[in-house]
Amino acid sequence: MTTSSLTTPTGTATADRRPPALGGFSPAVLLIEMRRVLRNRRTLLFTMVMPAVFFLLFGLPQRGETLPNGRQVLAWIMVSLAVYGAMVATTSAGAAVATERALGWSRQLRLTPLRPAAYVATKVATAMVLGLAAVVIEFAVGATAGVRLPAHVWLLAGLAAWLGSLVFAALGLLIGYLGPAENVMQFMGPVLALLAMFGGLFLPVETLPDVLQRLAQFTPVWGVGQLARAPLTGDPVTLGVLANVLGWTAVFALGAARLFRRDTQRV
Amino acid sequence: MTSACPAVELRGLRKSFGAVTAVDGLDLTIHPGEVVAFLGPNGAGKTTTIDMLLGLARPDAGEVRLLGGTPAEAVRYGRVAAVMQSGGLLKDLTVAETVRLTASFFGRTRPVAEVLTRAGIADLADRLVGKCSGGQQQRLRFALALLPDPDVMVLDEPTTGMDVEGRRDFWQAIRADARSGRTVVFATHYLDEADAYADRIVLVRQGRVVADGTTAEIKNLAAGRIVRATLPGADQAGLAALPGVDTVEVRGDAVLIRTGDSDAVARHLLTRTAARDLEITSRNLEDAFLALTADASADVAPTTVPARVAATAAPTAGA
Repeated sequence: MTTSSLTTPTGTATADRRPPALGGFSPAVLLIEMRRVLRNRRTLLFTMVMPAVFFLLFGLPQRGETLPNGRQVLAWIMVSLAVYGAMVATTSAGAAVATERALGWSRQLRLTPLRPAAYVATKVATAMVLGLAAVVIEFAVGATAGVRLPAHVWLLAGLAAWLGSLVFAALGLLIGYLGPAENVMQFMGPVLALLAMFGGLFLPVETLPDVLQRLAQFTPVWGVGQLARAPLTGDPVTLGVLANVLGWTAVFALGAARLFRRDTQRV
Repeated sequence: MTSACPAVELRGLRKSFGAVTAVDGLDLTIHPGEVVAFLGPNGAGKTTTIDMLLGLARPDAGEVRLLGGTPAEAVRYGRVAAVMQSGGLLKDLTVAETVRLTASFFGRTRPVAEVLTRAGIADLADRLVGKCSGGQQQRLRFALALLPDPDVMVLDEPTTGMDVEGRRDFWQAIRADARSGRTVVFATHYLDEADAYADRIVLVRQGRVVADGTTAEIKNLAAGRIVRATLPGADQAGLAALPGVDTVEVRGDAVLIRTGDSDAVARHLLTRTAARDLEITSRNLEDAFLALTADASADVAPTTVPARVAATAAPTAGA
């Protein structure tokens, strides 16, 4: 086979052909993905601009108010909206799978050596970069508008808001693998806003009626919100909070994995 | 050449979608370096066959071998590439970004600038894919397919929906590429494309190969030429008895003679009869196509089947 002929195509197959490293996951892919996101005005509007505008609209009038532990209410609003921005960002990045399936890109990818796992890894990485950007921008707007916090609170709250949004990257993938659709975020946007309300990102959960307050603790945003604000409020991170975050991560990730397998096995 | 395994080997391929049988026991062997047109009417099973060939669909029965291995292996090593009919592009990327992104999925590729040039879209590099015309998008798909420098290139009705100019530009790019030794398989329902670009034509109808041979052989299947003349009161039986004549048809003063030996018929008509306005026309590929791919509904089936069997048997044995 190797020596039979230099010109037959079957003979050229050997040494210089190899599958890509890491199944096709690479910084180059990530870079192009980021450029795509930055080109999408709607994503930028909902993940970067809107939370900042909300902060200026609803946060600034409460300047000077303080939480029970003496910290600024302004900081509470900032962290909450950072969580909101990050969750919208990661959900939309994950849900981009639905668009790519609708456009036939996923099918095109099956004619390349890219491994499905590397594809998902790219989507998660893109989601997390976008989520980080959302948190950083909201914090920058907050700092500019007068939020003052100790360094460790900035850091811990930021990390929690960012890493907590991994839950929603999983949710996004779950939605993305549910079915092909070009504009899935038109549907998911309002759903996320509703979840954010129950998660106490727009108003403290305590302002909700008693029954809804109890229900709120079982919705997926509540745990991440509590976790991200804990460094600020000094509230303990209860078992309930951890169970909420880990539980929903597991539900979304397993659901996404199941749909992903169904998708890759179908030939 | 004899030691090389076939580029494509399909054995007893079958695929149904519910009650509809799309591919019905298809056998086909394509050797390295062949340029093969997969020709058939819409719904003949071309796309389904190509999907199975590429590993995008699993056959209900039968076997697919691509360069001696499975389609998945060929894809993994970039030995096969395809230009699909539509879709498969991200509208929010530029042309160059699409090529760079796709290149990153392969272990080794041709340079991005090179494939853009070879596909004739170097000047469109910075245009958003969503703003490209159908023909430009198709040349982009072709550029992507060139990236891994594949041994087998598959094109599924690549010019569907293009205008005449778009089709010409697209085929010019393909022809300019024509790397010696690359196997090219393209599905089409345009006869002129099959005629102009393929060395070999495989005619499919209702999921089966109904004829397989060189373009000339396929044309011959439509049985010779037609001699037409004005000859009032033609002796139909006498003409039918001439050597090589298949049928004689009288339409008013005109007579139409289908024959394998048009010279003999013309000589006879002009020297022994009062025939005038003599015309000789070659039956073209379209006639062959229509004859071989006509829907085998009850009214035509009995007469066309034997011819088709003969057509399938002869060129395959010779290939």
